[in-house]
Amino acid sequence: MNVNYEEKDKLLLLEITEEIDHHTSEKIRRKADYEITRYMPRKVVFDFHHVTFMDSAGIGMVLGRYKMMKMLGGSVEMINVSPMLKKVFEMSGITKICPLKEVS
Amino acid sequence: MKSIYENEMNLEFISKSSNEAFARISVAAFAAQLDPTIEEIADIKTAVSEAVTNSIVHGYEDTEGIVKVHCKIIGNSIIVEVSDTGKGIENVEEARKPLYTSKPNLERSGMGFTIMESFMDEVKIESIVGLGTKVTMKKLIKKEEVTQEEIEEVLSQIGKEQ
Repeated sequence: MNVNYEEKDKLLLLEITEEIDHHTSEKIRRKADYEITRYMPRKVVFDFHHVTFMDSAGIGMVLGRYKMMKMLGGSVEMINVSPMLKKVFEMSGITKICPLKEVS
Repeated sequence: MKSIYENEMNLEFISKSSNEAFARISVAAFAAQLDPTIEEIADIKTAVSEAVTNSIVHGYEDTEGIVKVHCKIIGNSIIVEVSDTGKGIENVEEARKPLYTSKPNLERSGMGFTIMESFMDEVKIESIVGLGTKVTMKKLIKKEEVTQEEIEEVLSQIGKEQ
């Protein structure tokens, strides 16, 4: 996972660089939680540009971070979500609380 | 062994989560002979990943067991059976419901069966508590038929351009 923090906007960009399933999601969530508690951002943006596969473990992973950010008074967004990933996310309704953004 | 199907294959592996990727990639490679679209392959991979994860996380929980994946090709369809001899599902109807999970503490989304059902054409769940679970999924790979009219239209277009 590539991590980039912008102090000005208190924005934490987490670029996921592997397939997301039950096996990999444990590691991803531990790393994400570590970075969130380290920077205390106002907004977390997950970048899925390099994610070639994701099953429902991705929904659980994002939802868990959303709950954490909500407690900290922040929000979660997702960018570069391919049509395949979108199909999985939209099935759960998670996109209503963690919006998909077009950019970059 | 002579198969009564057009093609058939079996995978057996221990219930380690690192085998989830192995299982879905193997099934996708087997399905490739039906000439599926990228989207159809992604659907199969996702559904297989969900079923295998269920066997590992719920069927065997923290114990080690064998997960079996049996694939058959019949006509333009692929049938994937994922089975375990784990603890079984007490209430299959409840397990099928979107957002239902027996393990909310693990950040499971409860979307596994919903995804299998919407990404595959048919999903059958057979489970006996204490004996195990078998999920059978079928997907029809749609063939794009090119009609004679379409061929002639393309040919006449080429003729005009020359």
